[in-house]
Amino acid sequence: MAFQALTTRVYDAFADWGTLVMDAIVAFGGWVHFSFQTISWLVRRLPRRETLMPNFYEIGVLSLPVVALTGTFIGMVLAVQSYFQFRQLGLETRLGGVINMSLVRELGPVLAATMLAGRVGSAMAAQLGTMRVTEQIDAMDSMGANAIHYLAVPRLIACVVLIPNLTVMADFMGVVGGYFYSVMVLGIDKHHYWHNSEQYVRAWDFFSGVFKSVFFGAIIALVSCYRGFNCRPGAEGVGRAATAAFVDSFVFILAIDLLLNIALDHVYFSFWPEGARLL
Amino acid sequence: MVANHLEQLPTDPAADNLVEVVGLTVDFGVQEVLRDISLQVPRGEILALIGESGCGKSVLLKSMIGLIKPTSGRVLFDGRELSRLSDKILTEQRARFGFLFQQGALFDSLTVGQNIAFPLRQHRKLSLAEVELIVRDRLFDVGLPEAVVYKKPAELSGGMRKRVALARALAMDPELLLYDEPTTGLDPIMSDVINELILRTRQQYPVTSVVVTHDMHTVRKVADRVVMVHPVPRLSDGEPQIIYDGPASGLDECEDRRVRQFIRGEAGERLNELRQLRAMG
Repeated sequence: MAFQALTTRVYDAFADWGTLVMDAIVAFGGWVHFSFQTISWLVRRLPRRETLMPNFYEIGVLSLPVVALTGTFIGMVLAVQSYFQFRQLGLETRLGGVINMSLVRELGPVLAATMLAGRVGSAMAAQLGTMRVTEQIDAMDSMGANAIHYLAVPRLIACVVLIPNLTVMADFMGVVGGYFYSVMVLGIDKHHYWHNSEQYVRAWDFFSGVFKSVFFGAIIALVSCYRGFNCRPGAEGVGRAATAAFVDSFVFILAIDLLLNIALDHVYFSFWPEGARLL
Repeated sequence: MVANHLEQLPTDPAADNLVEVVGLTVDFGVQEVLRDISLQVPRGEILALIGESGCGKSVLLKSMIGLIKPTSGRVLFDGRELSRLSDKILTEQRARFGFLFQQGALFDSLTVGQNIAFPLRQHRKLSLAEVELIVRDRLFDVGLPEAVVYKKPAELSGGMRKRVALARALAMDPELLLYDEPTTGLDPIMSDVINELILRTRQQYPVTSVVVTHDMHTVRKVADRVVMVHPVPRLSDGEPQIIYDGPASGLDECEDRRVRQFIRGEAGERLNELRQLRAMG
C-alpha cells in the first residue's frame, strides 16, 4: 500500500513538472508567434502619428528623470565600492577607467532597460490587460482595426527608438555621478581620473552598450505587450500580467545581454585582433 | 488556393440569409462550449439568442464575426466563410459589422467623439468635418447631446456608455448589428430606451440584428425570432444544443420544460441539485 502511494506521488510530481514544462513551451511559442506578427505589421504599415506620439511621451519623456537619477546613483555607488580595493593596490587613479568602462558597457544599458521594464513594461501589460479584460481589444478587432498594429507596434517602435537615448542619458549621468564622488568627495586627481578613462574606455565600448539596448527595448515591448494581450480575466489576471511582464523582461534582458556580449566580443576581436593579445 | 478561390466568389445580395452557421463546434481546451450548432439569420431579422449564463451565447455571437475561430464547422457571412478569408479581406468584411459589447468596450483613452469616429478613421478616407458630422448624427440617433463628444467614457453613466457604444457600432452603417446583453446592468427605464433604440435602428437602417440577452422583456419587445441555447454539460448524448427556435410568442407554450422554466425564471432542477450537493456535503 505504502509503495503504491509512493509511486502515485512520484507519478503526480512528474505530471506536475510535465505540465509546467508544457505550459512554458506553449507560452514561449505564443510569444514567438506574437512577436512575429508584431514585426510583420511593423514592416507592412507604420502606425499613425497620433498613436505613436503618446507612446513616445510615456516611454521616453516620462522615463528620463528616473533613468537620470538612478544613473547618477549607480555611478556614485561604483566609486564607493571600487575605491577601497583600488586604494589598497595603490591604483585609485585608475578609478575613472573602471567606473566609466563598467557604465558604458554594462550598467548603463542594463540599468536603463531595467528601469524601462519596471516603469513602462508593467504599465503596458496592465493597460493592455485591462483592455483585454474589458473587451476593448475584441472591440478593436471587431471594427476591423488590427489590435497588434494599433497597440503593440507603436509601443515596440517607441521602446526601440527611445531606449538608446535613455541609455546614453544613464551613461552620462553615471559618469557625472562617478566623477563627482571620486574627484569631489574622495579627492582623486582630476587629470588622472579623466586620463585613465580616456585610455581604457573605447568608442567600441560605448557603441556596444547602445547597440545592446536596442535589443533590450524590443524585448521589453514584445514581452509586455504579449503579457497584456494574453491577460487572464479579473483584477488578479491584470496584476499577474504586470508582474510577469517585468520578471520575464528582466530574465530575457540578462540572457540576451550574455549572448550579445559574447557575440560582440567575437566581432571586436575579429576586427581588432591586437585587443585579444592584451588579455 | 481554395481559400483564394472562395474569396473571389461574388456575394449574392439577394440571398436570404446574411449569416449562416453550419455545424459549429467551439472548444476551449478540454471544455466544449458549442456543439454542432446550425443556424441561419435572414436579412432584416432581429434574432434573440437566450440561454443560461455560460451556455455559449456570447461565444456564438463572437464566432459570427470571426472573433473566435471554430474548432470545427463553418460560419458564413453573406455567403463567405469567415475562417477562410485572409486578414485583409476579413478586415474589409468587418466594416460591415457593428458589435455592441456587454460593458460597451469603449476605449478609455479616447473621448466619446474619438470612440465613435474610430471605425470611420480606420476604413474611410473622410475629412475631419465629415467625420464630425457623422459623429453628431449618430449621437443624435441614440439620443445623446453633442456636449458628450469631448467627455471620456469614465465620465458617463452605464446607460450613456451603452448608447455611445451603440452610436459607435452604427457609425459605419453596418449590415449586421450584434448586441451582447445590451440591457444588462441598466435600470428598467434605460433598458427600455435601449430596446426602443434597437427597434428604431432597424426602422432607420436596413440592418440585421442578433441580440444576446437574459432580459425577457427585451426578447418579447424586439425579437422576430428566438433561439435558446442550452449548456453542453447539461445535454444528454446526441441532444441538439439549440432547444428552442421560433417566435417569442411561442415561448410560453413550448413543450420543453427547460424553456418554460427559463422564461419564467424558475430555478427548477437547480434547486434539487443544490439540495443534493448540500446533502452530500
